[in-house]
Amino acid sequence: MSGSEVRDGDRRRTARWRDWAVSFLALVSRDVTVLGREVPSFLAQTVLQPFLMLLVLGTVLTDLGYLRPDYPSVLLPGIVALTAFLGACQHTTLNLVFDFSYTREIDDRLLAPAPTALVALAKVVTGALRGLVAAVVVTPVAFLTLGTWWSPAECLVAFVVVLAGSGVGAALGMVLGTAVEPSQISATFAVVVIPLSFTGATHFPWPLLAELRWFQVVSALNPLTYVSESLRGAVSPEVPHLSGWISVPAVLGLLLVFGLLGVRGFRRRAIR
Amino acid sequence: MTGAAEAAGEQGLAGVDRREAAVVVRDLVKRYPGRARAAVDGVSFSVARGEVFGLVGTNGAGKSTTVGVLTTLVAATSGTVVVGGRDVRTDPAGARGRLAVVTQHHNLDRSLSVRQNLVVHARYHRVPRRRAHDRADALLERFGLGDRAGSRPDRLSGGQQQRAKIARALMHEPAVLFVDEPSTALDPRARLVVSEVLGEVNARGTTVVLTTHDLAEAERWCHRVGIVDRGRLLAVDTPAALGASAADAVAVELVVAPGPVDGPGAVVAGLGSTAGVRRVEVAPAAGTDGAAEGTWLRLRLLTGADPTVPLAEALEALRGWACEVREVRVSRPSLEDVFLELTGGAGR
Repeated sequence: MSGSEVRDGDRRRTARWRDWAVSFLALVSRDVTVLGREVPSFLAQTVLQPFLMLLVLGTVLTDLGYLRPDYPSVLLPGIVALTAFLGACQHTTLNLVFDFSYTREIDDRLLAPAPTALVALAKVVTGALRGLVAAVVVTPVAFLTLGTWWSPAECLVAFVVVLAGSGVGAALGMVLGTAVEPSQISATFAVVVIPLSFTGATHFPWPLLAELRWFQVVSALNPLTYVSESLRGAVSPEVPHLSGWISVPAVLGLLLVFGLLGVRGFRRRAIR
Repeated sequence: MTGAAEAAGEQGLAGVDRREAAVVVRDLVKRYPGRARAAVDGVSFSVARGEVFGLVGTNGAGKSTTVGVLTTLVAATSGTVVVGGRDVRTDPAGARGRLAVVTQHHNLDRSLSVRQNLVVHARYHRVPRRRAHDRADALLERFGLGDRAGSRPDRLSGGQQQRAKIARALMHEPAVLFVDEPSTALDPRARLVVSEVLGEVNARGTTVVLTTHDLAEAERWCHRVGIVDRGRLLAVDTPAALGASAADAVAVELVVAPGPVDGPGAVVAGLGSTAGVRRVEVAPAAGTDGAAEGTWLRLRLLTGADPTVPLAEALEALRGWACEVREVRVSRPSLEDVFLELTGGAGR
């Protein structure tokens, strides 16, 4: 093979990747357009519940003396992580379940001139984006409700952690959304999503569970735990938390594992 | 294999040069896991550029699976499928750039307006933004949807949605347009409009592959038809040639009143020995009035492909027997007759 043939081959490959990137951006940009239009209902869905949790747990119960005065600094990162993770996960799951069964709106995307894995990836990216937006909206609301603040540097680190956590949530949502039939969707939310939100170290720091060993094990199996603990380590270092050397690699590892499983599930549903 | 030899091989295979073919399917097999019988079992055919090709078969015959493979959404078990010059198994993304699909179910994006549906589709296919907008306006106008551009798809009628789906499919100027059951669930008026739209699309050079279980539709729209049954392609040809293959079914249908001398039996026997008539079938004549019931005979004279001579002979003979002829009609086998003959009849 001559040098020019090699260069031609390289050029073709580069051009193909560039083409795929353009299609990928178009897929994501459609979702951003829709997200922009759905902001009011989307916020009601994702922000109201965390706000009420903050209000009851962080303000009411703390003021009544049932919870310690420093509890808000435990709760805040947990609730932000929960909002991002579940916002991304629920949206992605629901969207895929309906797409592959009733609406078939996914058809047009599956026929986009790009690998199917990229169509799946676009779904994860937009799912994560929803989680991120929800967390970004909830955070100032939480500041106002709890009267706790993060420094700009903490906000920056929190942003990165929340982004990764939303990614894990969206990827898990894709695993669920491609495995679950529409008839099972309510049961799945009851059996999987709700337990996830209560065992994900959102309301308590994971290391303190040492005295409640069985619950600590259950909690360790929950991916959300690593997102909550990473965020807690970043913004409330004074609170006991899992070492960043464990929680951050765990978040990235889960992102990779769920991402691969999700793409596999997506391909299996998309291409029979 | 060299390119020329390969092209020659393709030509030998299906009578269409691969380079000129929009679609080439060779020995396609699709077996779904856990099913004993293959959904598609060794299907081969080609579709020439600019052709309207129809896959006809009952539900579950394998036509939708075949189209699924052709449109990259069903993975073939074995065989070769090339659409618009791209192998769907080795380069599915490339093939998707050259094809478009109009499905039977309404799968327009409900979160977007009709116009946005078209533009977004074009953007997936990397059509520059400006051109995507211009083309969307032009297509909506062409398909009579100009005033519905801003509507949500749910607000369109079935026929309008069908047209919008076709418009969307054309946004990236595909080489091959696949249409699944184009007029199912449409009222006759909408069906006519869709028919016109598809005709126009084809007239502009787009190859159209459609699947249908409506034989009359296939006969009216398709240059060539492939008849699929139980995963196999039983015949591929023009509707006329398929009809000719069942030439025995050409018949002269007569409604006659036997004359005063010869009774019905004698007339039937006499016509049976007329030159060119192979067989005579007798059916009760419907539509005769009560008083004359039993006196009118409905006869089917089975002839060869050309019924002219037997018809002339039969009329001459009937005149000789002083029979009164009330109706004369030449019936040619429809695609339905061919279909039923090939697939083993209606009562299977």
